[in-house]
Amino acid sequence: MKLQLDAGLVKECRDAARRIAEEVQAFIQNRTTVAVERTVLRLMGVNAALDDVPMANIIVEGLAARGELGLGAAYWLGNACKQLNLSPQEAAAKVAAGELDLLALPRLEPAGLRPFLHELAEPGLKRIADNRLERKRLQQKLKMGPAPLLYVIVATGDIMQDVPQAQAAAEQGADIIAVIRTTGQSLLDYVPHGATREGFGGTYATQENFRIMRRALDETGEKLGRYIMLVNYCSGLCMPEIAALGALERLDMMLNDALYGILFRDINMQRTLIDQNFSRVINAYAGIIINSGEDNYLTTADAVAEAHTVTASQFINEQLALAAGLSPWQMGLGHAFEINPDMEDGLLLEIAQAQMARQLYPDAPLKYMPPTKHMTGDIFKGYLHNSLFNLTSVLTGQGIHLLGMLTEAIHTPFIQDRYLAIENARYIMNNARHLKEELEIVPGGRMQKRASQVLAKAAELLSQVAEIGLFSALERGMFADVKRSREGGKGLQGVFMQAAEYYNPFLDNMKAKLDRGMEND
Amino acid sequence: MTDDKIIKAYGDALDDGAVQVSFTLPLAAGPQAKAAAASLAEAMGLDQAEVVHMASQGAGFSFFVVYGHCHHQVDLSTLQVTELELEEMDLFEINDYIRDNIGRKLNVVAACTGTDAHTVGIDAIMNMKGYNGEYGLERYPWINAYNLGSQVDNTFLVAEARRLQADAILVSQVVTQRDVHIPNLTRLVELLEAEGIRNSVVLVAGGPRISHQLALELGYDAGFGAGTTPRQVASYIAREIVARKLGSL
Repeated sequence: MKLQLDAGLVKECRDAARRIAEEVQAFIQNRTTVAVERTVLRLMGVNAALDDVPMANIIVEGLAARGELGLGAAYWLGNACKQLNLSPQEAAAKVAAGELDLLALPRLEPAGLRPFLHELAEPGLKRIADNRLERKRLQQKLKMGPAPLLYVIVATGDIMQDVPQAQAAAEQGADIIAVIRTTGQSLLDYVPHGATREGFGGTYATQENFRIMRRALDETGEKLGRYIMLVNYCSGLCMPEIAALGALERLDMMLNDALYGILFRDINMQRTLIDQNFSRVINAYAGIIINSGEDNYLTTADAVAEAHTVTASQFINEQLALAAGLSPWQMGLGHAFEINPDMEDGLLLEIAQAQMARQLYPDAPLKYMPPTKHMTGDIFKGYLHNSLFNLTSVLTGQGIHLLGMLTEAIHTPFIQDRYLAIENARYIMNNARHLKEELEIVPGGRMQKRASQVLAKAAELLSQVAEIGLFSALERGMFADVKRSREGGKGLQGVFMQAAEYYNPFLDNMKAKLDRGMEND
Repeated sequence: MTDDKIIKAYGDALDDGAVQVSFTLPLAAGPQAKAAAASLAEAMGLDQAEVVHMASQGAGFSFFVVYGHCHHQVDLSTLQVTELELEEMDLFEINDYIRDNIGRKLNVVAACTGTDAHTVGIDAIMNMKGYNGEYGLERYPWINAYNLGSQVDNTFLVAEARRLQADAILVSQVVTQRDVHIPNLTRLVELLEAEGIRNSVVLVAGGPRISHQLALELGYDAGFGAGTTPRQVASYIAREIVARKLGSL
């Protein structure tokens, strides 16, 4: 089954998206943020907390308050480690306890300190690279289910309750488990510490919670003979920090989309695009698949009229991902099944859109989201609605398939809601597994016309955005009908210009290795 | 179908009481789990409960579908139903009504409060484009509509309502966990009372789990459930402001 897509138009889209991404990268290049610097410290091993305040926060806030973040946190901590012969965690503990003032020590020459900063970065880099190899080994041993991979969320708020629900979902046939984050975590400018048992609509993302769930899913995976992927949310004000913690604890997939945070969480665009770049470099290096959030556009904007904004945003996200070193197989570009189910031939438009995405990004897994906007309390209709979504997904060869819940818009899923969703998907995807190889799309027919029309509108939108730049486009509300200002939103005060001698040993190392090609891809 | 005041659930014949329930038990599937499901159904008031489907959900959980005849009945004469009496107008009538009876634009502040991140409800009522072809309040020339979005803190909402001189506050609660929407909705009423502005605004709650009755119990002026249209909300607000003579602030 194939659509005829105008190759010239596709190239126009990619060229425009590349220009848009280049402009963003140029802006990012000489800036850093408090989140980026905390991430550097965490990767150096500063992961302890004092009275529940992460030491990474204590140090970075101290440097920022005194206007000394321009050199990067690595320089200041490294300078102390070198002269006092301390490990990063030991030095951090002294700073947190008020026993050490990083700025009071003699200042070694920044360029001369770099080799030492490399040494400090080495254990963190090695642990992430080892996790990448371990994932590969386990996936070869245990195998993965056939695509579309079935993705469900658990969201009890209590990591100890999340574990049995996640294990049950894996036993039922889920391939991917996301532990949805507690409401509002995206707006916290720190990552909470330790195992947590209280959250609303989800569970705090913490390093300890990651570790607990990873271990549980590894056990279940061994038992089932299937590798179970673990997902979390690398978005909001702690984007790169969550990426680092996920990389250290061998998560497999991360929601990772600055545009989502800008539009739907009102996070400042400058802050989050800088944060996103480092988080994506980490994800690229760790072999983690990112998911982008274009699907959300259709929850506020009309799914028929605004489908081209999804396509346009996918092109931009693809280019930003490439700039951060991600390979196409790591790009779970988002889209969704959100057309009003009462519309005549709505299913045809959904298939056209999903098939077009499949062909535009042939090597990307694509993250396909279920209906949410038109779900009501009629669970029976909702179940049927999800069935058509499941059929569309297998028919168009999607990679990452978020399961729709029949109780969407009622409550966070009950265990049986998840079970029924998995049963539905397994039935349909098995029953229609090779349908896509047996059908052809009518040339000049409804689906072909729809795809051509959406692609043409996406190309037009991309050329407009390339003209004015991404920041201005967001200010004008060109995505999701939401307008955001360059200086507005949360987190702008955490953005800093880099000094000429600024250095982030992880960014440089990871980028260098990614540019050479990761040997185990 | 019947003039009786006493009614039972209807399956295939009057008063057969037939119902279907489905649920999960924290038991591995097997004869004991099946017996437990039937027993639970009987405790719910289902006679001749029949477990028509049992399936393992893994990790020691099982799913059941049960049919039975519910012997419970309802005496309609004992029910108290509070329904919002609404004289619905369309967009043009509402604008004319505000212009003629109030003479200035109404300020309507809306938010999805507390932990809820689902804006589908509030967006359907507020957004310019509206929902299913019906325009939202942002499109009404005689209404200044302010949509504060999701996860809005109650104290922030109250501060914004003051700043924007709100005539009406709309609160949406869509997806909640462990009934957290109840204390959250109550808290807003308490804050408005503490600020002394509860009686000077029309306070409306909305969402799939909100009924007019529940809204009244929580101290709101009205509650709107699933399927509510922007014009129903706007009609109510405009008439309520006139009825309570709130328009001449």
